[in-house]
Amino acid sequence: MSDFQPKIVAFCCYYCAYSAADLAGSMRLQYPPTVRMIEQPCSGRIDIRLILQAFEDGADGVYVAGCLEGDCHFLKGNYRAKLRVAQAKKILDDVGIGGDRVEMYNLSGSMGPRFAEIAHEMHERIKKLGPSPLNRKVEPSQLNCEAEPAAGQQ
Amino acid sequence: MIIAEQKPFEEIAKMTANFDKVLLLGCNECVTVCLAGGEKEVGVLAASLRMLRKQGDRPLITLEETVTRQCEWEYLDQIEKLAEEAECIISMACGVGVQFVAERFPDKWVIPALNTKSAGGSVKHGIWEERCGLCGECILYKTGGVCPVARCSKRILNGPCGGSQNGKCEVKDVDCIWDQIYKRMAALGRMDWLMEIEPEKDWSKARDGGPRKLIREDVMISE
Ligand code: SF4
Ligand code: SF4
Repeated sequence: MSDFQPKIVAFCCYYCAYSAADLAGSMRLQYPPTVRMIEQPCSGRIDIRLILQAFEDGADGVYVAGCLEGDCHFLKGNYRAKLRVAQAKKILDDVGIGGDRVEMYNLSGSMGPRFAEIAHEMHERIKKLGPSPLNRKVEPSQLNCEAEPAAGQQ
Repeated sequence: MIIAEQKPFEEIAKMTANFDKVLLLGCNECVTVCLAGGEKEVGVLAASLRMLRKQGDRPLITLEETVTRQCEWEYLDQIEKLAEEAECIISMACGVGVQFVAERFPDKWVIPALNTKSAGGSVKHGIWEERCGLCGECILYKTGGVCPVARCSKRILNGPCGGSQNGKCEVKDVDCIWDQIYKRMAALGRMDWLMEIEPEKDWSKARDGGPRKLIREDVMISE
């Protein structure tokens, strides 16, 4: 497990996290290469389907990074993203992947060091959680999908 | 519109556990508007079920489609091929849609993904309230356009009851609708209308009279 290198997808708002990543780069700050950034026009672009798709396509962790609360360039995008991430957590808990694997962060474009810190934080968290259950085999008996006796079979 | 809400995921997972290839069928009307069974919710539920099953040794294949209305044959005709391909259909429509699907595809097992709640509307983002009890004989003209049948906890027609306190209902945490009716009638200068005693309602026109069927010969198309 110790050599496990997670795949983490970071959906980054263009106006904050994405610029902060740029700044972190200019400042020569190190952050884990396990984080793969996807530029978004706004964190409000995030949809639960996108988050789930990331996991289906092999991510071990996902985070959404939007502007500080009150600072969204589209006014409420980051608040919407926050609610959607919360809902995604619930769904991931339901399906047995674990809501801890997704998180919402807020930062501004000038917070390069914070960007690197978040990347470290998420890297450590996912490393601790291990690979996503979709990327490893688990016993079917641990799953919540046993048939009900009365459920119809053709 | 009809208001519905998705069943707990675990329940849907159990109902689908015996199938390997399912069609998730959304509906583009009410359940899309109340964010329970539209194209997007179909996508989220399909992904959730796939992810759950991928962790075991019985992965699930999902087909996804959303039709204009599940409660009309012509739209169900369009998914005949898809339905054939799937072992069962998970309908994400209200109970009406589920039943139309079951009737249209008699050899398919049909699973309801939603709990159908009420006839009402969205009063603000994320909040849906019941408005009509489908009583079959509307009396809104007597109550200022506010329905005591659907919205008074006791369905009282000559309210309020003795439990109305400061505008709140004694039964549950909702506004006392008779309080609202009074306020509205007062504002409209029609308080005298409320002095009339409303006789008992003919409930045979409501669901109490058995399943209802509406026939209109004027709009029938002759063969
Ligand atoms: S009086 Fe009857 S038909 Fe009219 S809104 Fe109320 S329940 Fe619906
Ligand atoms: S308090 Fe008002 S709404 Fe509640 S049961 Fe009495 S009359 Fe109906």
